[in-house]
Amino acid sequence: MSNVAALTGSTNPESTVPTPQRPWAGRRSERLITFARLVVFGVLAIGLTVVTPLADVDGWAVAFLILNFAWVIGITSRLGTKERRNAIARVVVTALGVVAFVPWLSIFATVLWRGYRGLYPGYFVGDMRVTTPDDELNLGGAGHAVVGTLIMVAIATLITLPLGILCGIYLTEVRGRLTFLVRLFVQSMAGVPSVVAGLFIFTTVVRSMEKYSGLAGGLALAVLMLPTVSRTAEEVLKLVPDDLRSAGYALGARQWRTAIMVVLPTVRAGLITAGILGVARVVGETAPLLLTSLNTNGFVWNPVGGTLASLPTYIFAMFNYGTEYSVARAWTGSLVLLSIVSALFFLARRLGQRKNQK
Amino acid sequence: MTTVETPTPRKMTVIYSRADKVFRGIVTAGALTSLVALGIIAGFLILRSSGTFREFGFNFLTGTEWFSAGEDPLGGATAAADEANDGSIFSIGPMIVGSVVVASIALLFAVPLSIGGALYIEFFAPRFIYRPLVILLDLAAAIPSLIFGLWGVEIFTSFGVRWATFLNDRLGFIPIFSVEFENFGRSPFVAGCVLAALVVPITTSVAREVYSRTPRDLIDTCYALGGTKLGAIRSVVLPYGKSGVFAGIMLGLGRALGETVAIYLMLNLVFKYSFNILDSTGGNVASMIALKFGEASDKEISALMASGLVLFVITLIVNTIASSIIQRTTPRA
Amino acid sequence: MTQGTTSSSAESTSVGGTALEFRGLETKAVHAWFGKHHALAGVSLTFPERTVTGLIGPSGCGKSTFIRLLNRMHEFIPTAAMAGSVLLNGKDIYDPSEDPAMIRLKVGMVFQKPNPFPAMTIRENVLAGIKLAHLKRDNHDEIVEKCLTRAGLWNEVKDRLDASGGSLSGGQQQRLCIARSLAVEPQVLLMDEPCSALDPGSTLRIEETIKELAEKITIVIVTHNMQQASRVSDHCAFFLTDGGPGYLVEADSTRKMFTNPSDSRTADYVQGKFG
Repeated sequence: MSNVAALTGSTNPESTVPTPQRPWAGRRSERLITFARLVVFGVLAIGLTVVTPLADVDGWAVAFLILNFAWVIGITSRLGTKERRNAIARVVVTALGVVAFVPWLSIFATVLWRGYRGLYPGYFVGDMRVTTPDDELNLGGAGHAVVGTLIMVAIATLITLPLGILCGIYLTEVRGRLTFLVRLFVQSMAGVPSVVAGLFIFTTVVRSMEKYSGLAGGLALAVLMLPTVSRTAEEVLKLVPDDLRSAGYALGARQWRTAIMVVLPTVRAGLITAGILGVARVVGETAPLLLTSLNTNGFVWNPVGGTLASLPTYIFAMFNYGTEYSVARAWTGSLVLLSIVSALFFLARRLGQRKNQK
Repeated sequence: MTTVETPTPRKMTVIYSRADKVFRGIVTAGALTSLVALGIIAGFLILRSSGTFREFGFNFLTGTEWFSAGEDPLGGATAAADEANDGSIFSIGPMIVGSVVVASIALLFAVPLSIGGALYIEFFAPRFIYRPLVILLDLAAAIPSLIFGLWGVEIFTSFGVRWATFLNDRLGFIPIFSVEFENFGRSPFVAGCVLAALVVPITTSVAREVYSRTPRDLIDTCYALGGTKLGAIRSVVLPYGKSGVFAGIMLGLGRALGETVAIYLMLNLVFKYSFNILDSTGGNVASMIALKFGEASDKEISALMASGLVLFVITLIVNTIASSIIQRTTPRA
Repeated sequence: MTQGTTSSSAESTSVGGTALEFRGLETKAVHAWFGKHHALAGVSLTFPERTVTGLIGPSGCGKSTFIRLLNRMHEFIPTAAMAGSVLLNGKDIYDPSEDPAMIRLKVGMVFQKPNPFPAMTIRENVLAGIKLAHLKRDNHDEIVEKCLTRAGLWNEVKDRLDASGGSLSGGQQQRLCIARSLAVEPQVLLMDEPCSALDPGSTLRIEETIKELAEKITIVIVTHNMQQASRVSDHCAFFLTDGGPGYLVEADSTRKMFTNPSDSRTADYVQGKFG
């Protein structure tokens, strides 16, 4: 072979550099056409179904989907089976994805739309002691429910955060003979249905104290929270590289010192995240509270004084009352609850990300 | 030939300092407490429910009656003595079947939706939506089930009723779609749909996570061989993610079986074996417990504990299957 | 030393006397970017058919990026951009009328880490490309035997074609990947450091395979190992970077590159003074 690759190349980087291009990406106009087509199909779908009994969101969705399918099959009729299958798969997967997301979007929208009307400046200091669920929405409030939730969550956190972290430390640092058992049991506990946890606390604490109480509610929540906190703590501690511990030992520190002064600070944010995730898990739990702390109408500050309101049981009670205003109150309560859950969620995310940035 | 004697290995032991001993002691105590707590729960459940099992035996699981002759001790009235034959009968057969029916309907919808949703997010979504979708997905998994119940009753029921009507009209000749009375709004079908919406975030999250861990070079190889995106998904992504996705589905199943409030709000609990998913019968064990506990007599409490135990065991099995699969397939740090 | 061609398919290169359409791969002033980062600057190279060209140079000079431009794999990176043209048999592979999947059938690739499909048997692995590309072939058994033989693996696995793809040793896995790439009958085979994860024995066997394959197809191989380049390739192209984009310093026959290169940097590199 005498052919030889040409000697060439701009060895001089300062010679004119052409503009970067993406010849594989669809042209702008193509994307606009696609968007326009989807809009047209949407309108067409609504128009076609207006006279049929399918004239509602699900009917539109089905009509839209059929139109898209027909379009795709028509467009690819000239291409090979490979192209056609690819295109159809794309439509199917997109449809599934969209349908999967619709309920949650609907929930967020509904909670917002149905719930905001009940919010007024005095909402969080009001309670239901003098107001009936049927009164106008600018009377009463859910402050007692929020306080109740806070109290019970605090009780649960006070118990489970230390216990959960200790479990995590045991499983990663100490690794004694009970490791297998502890891990097995924590995992099993994660499977306890919330209502069973509530039932258990009912038959022990509520029966022996002979009254429902916030303490019982808090304990029931603790049962549900412990596995989450423990598991997250263990995962977070496992992420600490062994080199760090080796460094601690090499410097002469004993195990407890290493654990407390080297390992724990590294994962402090992670442990807080574990706590927050645990709280997020239980703050919306209804079933266990229906069996332990029930609901009440006024502000209660004493966790062992008797029944205690909480956001979930408040919402539940309002909803079951059944009138227009009471259901509206239920939605407002849901708005508050969902906001709390979302706030916790984003907080945990933010903490988790900052930890990863180290 | 000289033989070299291998020395016998020395036994290496660790002697902990006093401070370390204290530390280890505290930590172990903490772990033990959790162990003991769960042990107490399990033990208590078993203990308190043993009476029911002794009295009714296997019929507890298969019978169809729930009748309590006693009175609520917490309400002040004297409890009926735990007589052996006060006429109470407790059995949860239809509730177990109801749990399975409603959970199955939920999974029937949830499985394709979550696999499709996960594939969409990972492989088909435009890049700029990817992160918001993942965040929305994780947030959706945190929505309390009570809110799902509210949404189900207020918003979804009209849609569900329409679909049920359609099914009943067109396919009513098939036994499971036939009804005695038309009250579709309180049917396992509609409840199952809402339960599906509840389960989908969990299963989709897991599936998406699994699919995102598919080794990039396997996918690249598919393309390098002249394959298309669909081909890569079918040949590599789906087989690779099979066990992980299955574990996620198990997790979703566990959730569906144990769901209390959403079912409570959407179904009338009826103690009748029924596979007619459009009929307004059904229920599940969890919501039954929530419903019945309020005025329960002592004997009834024991029966409720037994129900709780049954529910616990079922969800435990399902969750253990899921966890063991996840542990086997997740790489260690 | 003759000059390579520079223009369109109408011109021909004399190859042993028959002036036909230029069958081979050619790049003209090809650049690559990752977002704003300019990774590769103006590379023009010709890869005539049935030759082995080695791409050498220190790491980070854009060699891997360059070959991924040759089979349109570069575009899978979300921020990727390029400029210039890549001509296969005279036609620009980035032309909008071209189907990228078709291009990748003609320009195959073997990766650095052997990656047989774990969920498939050896037999299924070899046929994977045919299945993925929906090619109609009736003679599956024949194809499997032919490709495994060309890859130098047939004798070792002919009795266990149904074993899992992952049950082979590293070198065997890589040869399986080569067989897999051959099944779709590519015109060009790109190899991105195919031996760097293997032991010396497997490496030598694969080098032998490469030399045999070059009797039928064109091979472009990226390698860090200069001795390998000198053993295996007919031509070499030397890439370098000064901290900016990678660029081509020199490209010539292997013998010349290693004994009397035109550029002093090439001389330094092949003598091991850096890299």
